[in-house]
Amino acid sequence: MSVATATQGRGSNRKVALIAAGGALAMLGLGYASVPLYRLFCQATGFNGTTQRSTAAQADSVKVTARPVRVRFDANVASGMPWQFRPEQVTQDGRIGERKMAFFIAKNTSAHPIIGRATFNVTPEQTGAYFHKIQCFCFNEQRLEPGQEVRMPVIYYVDPAMLDDANAKDIGEITLSYTFHEAAGTAPVPAAK
Amino acid sequence: MATIPADHEGFDAHHHHDAHDHDHKPSFFARWFMSTNHKDIGTLYLIFAIFAGIVGGAVSGIMRAELAQPGIQYLGAVASFLGEKNPSFDQQLHLWNVLITAHGLIMVFFMVMPAIIGGFGNWFVPIMIGAPDMAFPRMNNISFWLTFVGFCSLMFSAFVPGGVGNGAGTGWTVYAPLSTSGSVGPAVDFAIFSLHLAGAGSILGAINFITTIFNMRAPGMTLHKMPLFVWSVLVTAFLLLLSLPVLAAAITMLLTDRNFGTTFFDPAGGGDPILYQHLFWFFGHPEVYIMILPGFGIISQIISTFSKKPVFGYLGMAYAMVAIGVVGFIVWAHHMYTTGLDVNTKMYFTAATMVIAVPTGIKIFSWIATMWGGSLEFKSPMVWAIGFIFLFTLGGVTGVVLANGGIDDNLQDTYYVVAHFHYVLSLGAVTSLFAGFYYWFPKMSGRMHSEFLAHLQFWVFFVGVNLIFFPMHFLGANGMPRRYPDYAPAFEHWNKVATDGYMIMSVSIVIFLINIAYAFLAGKKAEANYWGEGATTLEWTLSSPPPFHQFETLPVIDAKAAH
Repeated sequence: MSVATATQGRGSNRKVALIAAGGALAMLGLGYASVPLYRLFCQATGFNGTTQRSTAAQADSVKVTARPVRVRFDANVASGMPWQFRPEQVTQDGRIGERKMAFFIAKNTSAHPIIGRATFNVTPEQTGAYFHKIQCFCFNEQRLEPGQEVRMPVIYYVDPAMLDDANAKDIGEITLSYTFHEAAGTAPVPAAK
Repeated sequence: MATIPADHEGFDAHHHHDAHDHDHKPSFFARWFMSTNHKDIGTLYLIFAIFAGIVGGAVSGIMRAELAQPGIQYLGAVASFLGEKNPSFDQQLHLWNVLITAHGLIMVFFMVMPAIIGGFGNWFVPIMIGAPDMAFPRMNNISFWLTFVGFCSLMFSAFVPGGVGNGAGTGWTVYAPLSTSGSVGPAVDFAIFSLHLAGAGSILGAINFITTIFNMRAPGMTLHKMPLFVWSVLVTAFLLLLSLPVLAAAITMLLTDRNFGTTFFDPAGGGDPILYQHLFWFFGHPEVYIMILPGFGIISQIISTFSKKPVFGYLGMAYAMVAIGVVGFIVWAHHMYTTGLDVNTKMYFTAATMVIAVPTGIKIFSWIATMWGGSLEFKSPMVWAIGFIFLFTLGGVTGVVLANGGIDDNLQDTYYVVAHFHYVLSLGAVTSLFAGFYYWFPKMSGRMHSEFLAHLQFWVFFVGVNLIFFPMHFLGANGMPRRYPDYAPAFEHWNKVATDGYMIMSVSIVIFLINIAYAFLAGKKAEANYWGEGATTLEWTLSSPPPFHQFETLPVIDAKAAH
């Protein structure tokens, strides 16, 4: 191997190596980018039973159908969370497209104020794309003083578009589930009214 | 696999025209601790992998002993031995989690990968493409020592608190929240750090291989003339380069979740633990191909050598590996069928996973077609290679079963899964490692091993591993869950058989070590091409062992040479 080819080879080696390193860095970036992308993907598709969020105006334009639907409510807290949390009603019967309001009751049983954050989903999971919430305590963090009890509303409707989805149109009962977690490392925020 | 004219033999080996020693071997410390020679680094990787394999194998020995009968028998004694005074029952169970974690991480990151990529890849990729060394020899050295330090970090983690007891008890997947809020103490941090180091070493190694293979091929060695082992390492390097950074991102997020208050995977802060599983398996599935693809390459070389024929369907073989690599990136959620995927998602991942059986089938059939009508010679590497085809096919078949989202609902986290991935990895990848070892050991060391012991080891190993893992299909199909040290008495019989199989398998490892010792103490000197006319790749044109620096005059590959 002559000296000339050796140097030439080294320069081109550096180029290939830099392109490869760039590929590795891009994948590292993609790993981090997946955090917001995953959230957007779940919100957009209702993946894993992620419910939709809409405004009252959007809800007004929805036509109420004749199809009955029963919504079942589930409420629980993460382990170690000193709250009592339960739905006021076990089920609610309505029609697809109809706007309904349900109440949940939470009580702080500890001796110090706690900020809670609720995670949520619906099952069957394919209904996530059609379950719309207009108002929900899960949109904000909730702060409860020691011993305080609150009654929190959820306003929702089931989108009639569900009746056009072959995988979801036969569903007659949807379970809406909430879990309260103690909000991690956040500054206290005023309780949502 | 280019055919080199016979007069090339010893071209470099006997080219000592100068008065002084042409090899310029450095002193012992500089040679082995500051090494920049691809063959020396390959040797270091192989020694390291054998050592780590013995450690990881000993860990599985403790596990098999514990599982020989229902109840907890040995965990307490092992926990005391590792420094926990009067371990509580929970601490004993935690030790079990530590053992399965250590076994998985050691075997994946510190045995199979260093041996097959770092060891054989470093040794033979430059030689097979006619290059004097790797593109970045110093980076090559860094890769090895990063891997070594990563192993030390993992070993150290076993002696610091990791929640209930000492050590990281998270499984090799390190799922949140068990690995975050579920494991208090520095052990999991050290385990994660170990993965960072080993991962960084592998990414640097991958960059090195890609550059070497793209830029340093000898004149005439086109991509479509490269030996299949080089192709397999090239595809593997791309898989490493694109998948490991995603693991690095995921485990860095774990680390900050654990120590710096972020909530990437903590629902209390708006995170999602399932996201970790997606990230892990986006890395984890390519990772299993990283472990097996170079094995495919080794088997192709061996089957061709001992059939005295070029590989059947060379291009199909090369691009089958590329296809496996590409499709391997879009099937990850088949590890997550029970996390609540909807039916359409499951359908996609089932179909995509089954598609991988097509290129894999091409490879199996091409190996058989290579043997068909060949002048077969059953030397030890060939026997190991045929054993590989049998065992890997068996593991592949159960893989197609598990690919079905519906069936997997029943088999998820049972011993059926354990049987499946040990057939493709513990039996498949490890068998290809032994095949490659016996194929190339005399080339690397200059000493012939004992063919008798190599054959004996194969049969003892083959019987042993099948006794360990075949009964696990029955156990899993009957519902025995994995990752527990105890089980219902109904499962005792086949567990006892599996433990007996372990004893037989461990005898085969002793035979292996004796064979190495025999080769160094009493082995015949190896000729340049000790396998004869079927061995046509460039390493057979060099002496055994090859000169310290080979191909100072680049070989020229004949355009008409067969693969």
